[in-house]
Amino acid sequence: MSYVTRFSRTERTLHWVNAVAFLFLLATGLILYLPRLSVLVGRRPLMKDLHFWGGIGWVSALVIVIALGDRRGLLRTARELEQLRPSRFNVGQKVNAILNAAFVLLFLASGLLLWLGERDTTFRFASTVLLHDWLLYIASGLLLGHLYLALIHPATRHSLRGMTRGTVREEWAKRHYPNWRAEQ
Amino acid sequence: MDSVPEPKRYGRGLFLATVAGGLTSLAWGRPVWSRVSSAFSGIESAVPLVPHGWRIYSVSDHMPTFDPKTWRLAIDGLVTNKLTLTYSDLRDLPSAHQVSTFHCVTGWTVKNVRWRGVRLQTIFDHAQPLPNAHGLQFVSAEVPYIDYLTKKQALLPDVMLAYEMDGKPLTRDHGSPLRLVIPDMYGYKGVKWLDRINLVPQPGDGYWELLGYDRDAWVGHSNGY
Repeated sequence: MSYVTRFSRTERTLHWVNAVAFLFLLATGLILYLPRLSVLVGRRPLMKDLHFWGGIGWVSALVIVIALGDRRGLLRTARELEQLRPSRFNVGQKVNAILNAAFVLLFLASGLLLWLGERDTTFRFASTVLLHDWLLYIASGLLLGHLYLALIHPATRHSLRGMTRGTVREEWAKRHYPNWRAEQ
Repeated sequence: MDSVPEPKRYGRGLFLATVAGGLTSLAWGRPVWSRVSSAFSGIESAVPLVPHGWRIYSVSDHMPTFDPKTWRLAIDGLVTNKLTLTYSDLRDLPSAHQVSTFHCVTGWTVKNVRWRGVRLQTIFDHAQPLPNAHGLQFVSAEVPYIDYLTKKQALLPDVMLAYEMDGKPLTRDHGSPLRLVIPDMYGYKGVKWLDRINLVPQPGDGYWELLGYDRDAWVGHSNGY
């Protein structure tokens, strides 16, 4: 069986750093957000610190991976994502990636405002909580869809191999991405 | 020279529109959401995972636990009669009932909260504040949370020491067994897990005031609103 390269090492590192950090922030964030979990876990000051520094760590780690990785390759991927037509990715995957990239900035901005607003009322806006909440709802929805397609749905779950080992079956790639000319 | 037209970069547009929409929502998010949720009643309780829109904030590692056998409410400081009330003493006092809206300074609101509890006037009738007592210090079992009201504010008609919310005894996350409710001010003034009321000459700065929040936290007229 022949395989083609689907994701570079930099792309895979970026994906997994993002995934691990997002799940950590989701867990600590839900402990802060859901009353039942808040009561169960307690330690709110610690959870706030973990969530805040987790967020700073998330964005810093993404920046470090980009800075130390294959920047030229990432730029090529970014150019590919700019055009919403099927290529190495289908349109749904592109929209998912674009929204997630935008959400990194919005999560960071609203999170910093929540943190600063607690320390200085100049930075407190009535809508900051609402923005952070809605980012959570939409990002969680995207994540659930993404997990279903990557882990469960029979036709698409082979794609996980692309994100773990970097390669996918050539015939699978041709079937799913007819517009993509993969390097052998 | 023939040139192939550059394909439209809708992806870049989507990215920029999402970032711009998100950032500008800091200005329009709350008013728009208020309109949407009043147009479709029930949407607010359907969307968030937080019951009735309540969020639970606390400042220490552990929320205080309530034991009816050992819990006491102390009323002391500048009073003629210092009081120590047990939970059943508190429940035996004449009670009042009210429905009011709870506003948090961070921007969320819970409408039509049903409270039952005791008015401060009832406490004053028993404790008899001295003439020079112009402030009340409310002390939480959640150290170091305290806050203050002036005596005049404490006697506003809908201020109460609440032990029931929505028909049930206060739960731990809402400050069981007793919290201060002052609907005209943001929630940080409403000390939870209340176990001491200290009558003082003048109000001082509470927990959040020491971090820059307004002492007179009137809803819509303080903290930059």
